[in-house]
Amino acid sequence: MGNYKKKAVINNKIKLDNMKTYKFPIYILTICAALTFVACSNDDDNVIEQVTCDDGVQNGDETGVDCGGTACEPCATALDFSGNYVQEDAMGRPGINTVFNDNDEDKNAFNVALHADRAVFAQKFEDRLEFYHDVYATSLGIDPADLDYETNILGLDAPTFAFVLANTDALQVAPNGTTTYYDGTNALTGRTITDDVIDISLTLMFGGTTGTRFDGNNGTPQLTTDGVDFGDRVVGSFPYLETPN
Amino acid sequence: MKKMKLFGVVGGVLLASAAFFLTSADHIDAPGVASTSSDIADLYAFEGDNPNNTVLIATVQGPLTPGDVTNNAAFDENVMIQFNIDNDGDFVEDLVIQAVKRGDSMYVFGPIVPTATGITGQVETSGPMRSVKISSSDDVQVTTEDGMSIFAGPRRDGFFFDFNRFNAVISGSVAPEGFLPPDEASDFFEDLNVLAVSIEVPNAMLGEAPTHVAVASGLFPEGALPDAYNVWVTTKRKQ
Repeated sequence: MGNYKKKAVINNKIKLDNMKTYKFPIYILTICAALTFVACSNDDDNVIEQVTCDDGVQNGDETGVDCGGTACEPCATALDFSGNYVQEDAMGRPGINTVFNDNDEDKNAFNVALHADRAVFAQKFEDRLEFYHDVYATSLGIDPADLDYETNILGLDAPTFAFVLANTDALQVAPNGTTTYYDGTNALTGRTITDDVIDISLTLMFGGTTGTRFDGNNGTPQLTTDGVDFGDRVVGSFPYLETPN
Repeated sequence: MKKMKLFGVVGGVLLASAAFFLTSADHIDAPGVASTSSDIADLYAFEGDNPNNTVLIATVQGPLTPGDVTNNAAFDENVMIQFNIDNDGDFVEDLVIQAVKRGDSMYVFGPIVPTATGITGQVETSGPMRSVKISSSDDVQVTTEDGMSIFAGPRRDGFFFDFNRFNAVISGSVAPEGFLPPDEASDFFEDLNVLAVSIEVPNAMLGEAPTHVAVASGLFPEGALPDAYNVWVTTKRKQ
C-alpha cells in the first residue's frame, strides 16, 4: 500500500513537470491538502488516502474519472462537442477578400469557397486589378488600355498574380528556414507579426517590375507604402502578441 | 507622369472604388461575418523561439477598443477556430488544429487528420486534446504539454495600417500625395485589440512539408524556395 501511494505522488510530480501551466499553485495546494496529515510530505510512513488523476476512479473534486476538478485535466467526455460546424470565414494571406472582391456577394462567397472552387475568383481578381488601373487611366483622360497593371517584382503578370492570390490563398510556411511574408531576401515562407504586409501587398499591386512604379517619386502618388510600421509593439515570448491596450 | 495630371488621379481612383485597398488584413472583410463572433482578423504563422516549432496565431473579432469592449469580448462556444495544414500541396487540409471554447477554457484538438474536409466539419474529439483557461488582460494563462503551447485571450492587435489616411485618400482630399511619409503617418490599429488563439507546435507534429507551391507550379525555379506547408484558418459555426 505504501508503495502505491508513493507512486501516486511521483505520478503527480511527473505531471507537473510535463504540464507547465499556471495551474501549478492550485495543483500543489490540492496535493498539499490531500496530504494535510503529513504536512505535504511524501514520506511513505505517513501518507494517507491519496487522490490522483490516474487512479481509475472518480474521487476528490474530479468531475469524471481522473479528470476535471482543480487538479486533473478537464473531462472531454463531460463536455459536448457534438454537431456539425459550417464554415463562415476563412483567411490565408492578408487582405485578399477585402481588396480583390468588389461586392458583398463575392466577399461572402469567397469566405465559404474551397480552394478547388476558386477559379471563378481568379478571373474576378484579375478584372479587379485591371479595374484599379483603368480608373487611373480614365482620370488621366487616356485610354485605359495604355495604363495597365505591370508585372510585379515577383515576376507575376496579371493572370498569374490573380491565380496565385485566389487559388493558392494560404500562408506558405517553411518548417526549415526563415519564416516571413517578405523580408527583402526571403518571400512566401510564413508571416511574422512584424512583417509589413500592407506595404508588401501595395508594392505587388502598384510597384510594377521595379517595385517603385507608384512610390511618390517623379510626380507619382505614394501607393506602395502607407508609411507606418510595427511601431512600438513588442514581440515577446509565447503567446508572442502583446498585452492588450 | 505629370504631377498635375495625377492630382485628379488618386481622388478619381479612390472615389470610384469605395471598397478599394486594404481596409484591413481580414478584419470585417465581408458583410456575412463582419462584427460577428466568427470574423477572422488575422493569421500569423512563423518559426517559434524554439526553431523546431511553428507558431500559429489566429485573431478574431477585431478591432476591439480598449476597456470595456475588450474586457467584455468573449470567444463564442458555437464557433470553432480551425487551423488547416496542407501537407501535399493540393490545398485540402490534411491536418487540423481546432480551438473550441467551453466554459472558462479553450479546448484545442489536434493536430489530427480530420474525419471530413471542406466546408462542414466536426470537432475531432478522438484527437489529442489540450486545454487552457482563457486569459483576461491581466491574467495570462498558458498551457504547455508535450511540447505544444496554447493560449487564448485578448491581445494587442499586431496589425498596423494608416487607416485614417486611407479614408482621407479615398475621399480625394489628399490627392495627389497618396499616403503620408513615415514621420506623418499614423497607425490606426496601434491602440486596438483582438481576441487571439496562439498555438506553438513542434514541427514533428505537423507532418511533411510539400514542395513550395510557387516552385511546384513553375513560378519559381527548383530550390528557390524551401518546402512549405500551406496553412489557412477557418471559422465554423455549430448548426
